[in-house]
Amino acid sequence: MARKFRRREILILGSTAAGSILLKACTPNAPNATPSASGSPSGASPAAATGDGIKVGLLHSLSGTMAISEKSVVDAEQLAIEEINKAGGVLGKQIIPIVEDGKSDWPTFNEKAKKLIDQDKVATVFGCWTSSSRKAVLETFETKKHMLWYPVQYEGQECSQNVFYTGAAPNQQIEPSVEWLLKTYPGKPFFLVGSDYVFPKTANSIIKAQLAAKGGKVVGEEYIPLGNNEVSSVIAKIKKALPQGGIIYNSLNGDTNVAFFKQLQGAGMGPDKYPSMSVSIAEEEVQAIGTQYLKGHFAAWNYFQTVDTPASKKFAAAFKAKFGEKRVVNDPMEAAYTMVYLWKQSVEKAKTYEDLEKVRAAAIGQSFEAPNGKVVMNANHHISKIVRIGKVREDGLFEIVNSTPTAVEPVPWNQYVAETKGFACDWSDPAKGGKYKKA
Amino acid sequence: MLSGLITSLFGGISVGSVLLIAALGLAIVFGLMGVINMAHGELMMMGAYTTFLVQNACKGTPFADLYIFPAIIAAFLVAGLLGFLLERTVVRHLYGRPLETLLATWGVSLILQQLVRSVSWQFMIGIGIFGGLYYGGNLLLSKGELTKFDWKKLLLTTVAGIASLVICNALGDIFKLAITQPWFGAQNVDVTAPSWLLGGLPIGEDQLPSTRIFIIALTACCVAGVYWFLNKSMWGLRIRAVTQNREMSSCLGIPTDRVDALTFALGSGLAGIAGVAVSLLGSVGPNTGTNYIIDTFMVVVVGGVGKLVGSIVAALVLGTTSYLIGSDSFAPLLSWAPPLASFFTFFSNSSMAKVMVFSAIFVFLQARPAGLFPQKGRTVEN
Repeated sequence: MARKFRRREILILGSTAAGSILLKACTPNAPNATPSASGSPSGASPAAATGDGIKVGLLHSLSGTMAISEKSVVDAEQLAIEEINKAGGVLGKQIIPIVEDGKSDWPTFNEKAKKLIDQDKVATVFGCWTSSSRKAVLETFETKKHMLWYPVQYEGQECSQNVFYTGAAPNQQIEPSVEWLLKTYPGKPFFLVGSDYVFPKTANSIIKAQLAAKGGKVVGEEYIPLGNNEVSSVIAKIKKALPQGGIIYNSLNGDTNVAFFKQLQGAGMGPDKYPSMSVSIAEEEVQAIGTQYLKGHFAAWNYFQTVDTPASKKFAAAFKAKFGEKRVVNDPMEAAYTMVYLWKQSVEKAKTYEDLEKVRAAAIGQSFEAPNGKVVMNANHHISKIVRIGKVREDGLFEIVNSTPTAVEPVPWNQYVAETKGFACDWSDPAKGGKYKKA
Repeated sequence: MLSGLITSLFGGISVGSVLLIAALGLAIVFGLMGVINMAHGELMMMGAYTTFLVQNACKGTPFADLYIFPAIIAAFLVAGLLGFLLERTVVRHLYGRPLETLLATWGVSLILQQLVRSVSWQFMIGIGIFGGLYYGGNLLLSKGELTKFDWKKLLLTTVAGIASLVICNALGDIFKLAITQPWFGAQNVDVTAPSWLLGGLPIGEDQLPSTRIFIIALTACCVAGVYWFLNKSMWGLRIRAVTQNREMSSCLGIPTDRVDALTFALGSGLAGIAGVAVSLLGSVGPNTGTNYIIDTFMVVVVGGVGKLVGSIVAALVLGTTSYLIGSDSFAPLLSWAPPLASFFTFFSNSSMAKVMVFSAIFVFLQARPAGLFPQKGRTVEN
């Protein structure tokens, strides 16, 4: 039975493999006419042909667990870059995006970040999704004094000079949603469910501190490993802890959400008795989980596709025209789209893209009519933005049931958590920096 | 109390049946054939994607609510065919070399994952053109036989590669999104259970989810089917004979080559059915399969390689224990011994329950390295 490969077989298999690699290399850049994933400039791109452009890095996972979410963020960044290039570019130069795959693997993220900075000499990097990947590249960006734009809501408790955070800080997503729940469902107990890693644990410690301060009650807390689909024991526990119904605060991430909502419905626990508030479920996830299972549940974000402003409609229409009518836009994609424009404005104000000190200084105070409303880059490198609560509708989009009247200012160091109470961050003043005690 | 007991027991059995249906195909491929198939999870994923396609095809027709039955058959066929191809092209060359099989099938699993992410009409057309040109050219060059290496082959590969590249890029520019849009994309896709499976069977205060009942029934049918096939059919007899003694079976005129292909295809097809089952419970995406691969190998190893009954018992025992520990069902029963009760409460979350189950398995395998039902007889010595 044990037969050695013969030479012709190796030849056949080898050439098939080589052929498919060629094919793979051609597919991603064909529709976009941008440089391919490997970073080699394609002949179709006009900017690359002249050799006069500004290189920027897009560092996200295109394979592995996180590809599910991060692929769309890359799409949104590509859209913004294409729009800017069509309108004449930045400082008269075209932007050349160099896409790198972090492969859902944190050391790979760091390696690719170094490659983008040292080898490609990019002007800035737009990238990362999970907090773990951001923490992995943080040191590289700090020691090389480079610049990262990060588009996803996160747990806060960080404020680096070398990072601009355009997703929500906890006080722009979690805290307003808990407050809204306390007002809408007075007296109902909370059950906290999350994935077993840094973001849900930090988020839940914030929620617990907040509920303790406001008189809410937490009856249970459960963590499920990432990627786990067997959630029936957790559902049994929720039912035991909340026999009369109550609020489920859900910070599960990834595939587990699908299993959780499918089985919640199977156990007969609907949103009328067990309303849930999710912080990681946006339009794309609703599509993937199935509307039947999610109808009537809540999610907290800064942006929903249903936001009714000209900028929002333009963004959604442009995205659908480029990537297909079936696609939807969501909060991290909006933040990713916005951050490319904020970078462009900062570069234009600084009149240089190479002197990062000047670009950083110019970035503070930049404002932009983003799809989610007018956003402003604060001195703490986070942006002010509106907070919204959405309820899943029949068609899989969100009905916005609550939104803050004005943009909420970001607070990266949490004021409910004892260790960081009273701290703030201000990069416009060299004496203050990333973490100083407020007077 | 009684309804609580029923729901606990039901929960345990339903978790066990998911484990079992996922591991059943592997029990055949790994258990009977000894092939470490790391792509087993991806075959499940293919079954789940088939369910998605069948569901969409049935949408709007009078059979929309019954899509699950054709989906089961289609998933079995698709995964089985894929398994057959995998056996003929890769696994066949690696029998008796477990390490290489492990690496090769792992590579296949990565290819399949990336395939569902990036497959589009443009991609398929490109592959089709390349394959057509390459094999067509080969056929002309060597008159039906792929012979030794020469420069013509190299030229042919290059020409086929460049032609497919140019054509697929040109098509992409002409038709744009119509053909460059991925079929599935990197996002998960939604499989919604038919409406008659959405509710549950009320038991006192609680309700037993219908999807779980359906999966238990489906698992029972699959186990019965596999038993019938292995024990009552001609090919089943041949499979058992080859498992027990390959050389002797070959001497007696059993076509071992075909038996191998069939066994592998059967195991893969069962993985496809498992894909239908898990699509009712969890997510359907490129990573669906990876979530199950460790659990399925665990079931087969604990049960004892080579024995189907071992896998069945192991799946039910492991499923029930991890459910009962995870949902903290022991604590109320142990109210007479508070330290013991708090011990179980400590382990009663998903991560810790897994720790406890794995440690128990570790201790168990120290005592009985061959699993619950060890293989007896001469083949063990080989």
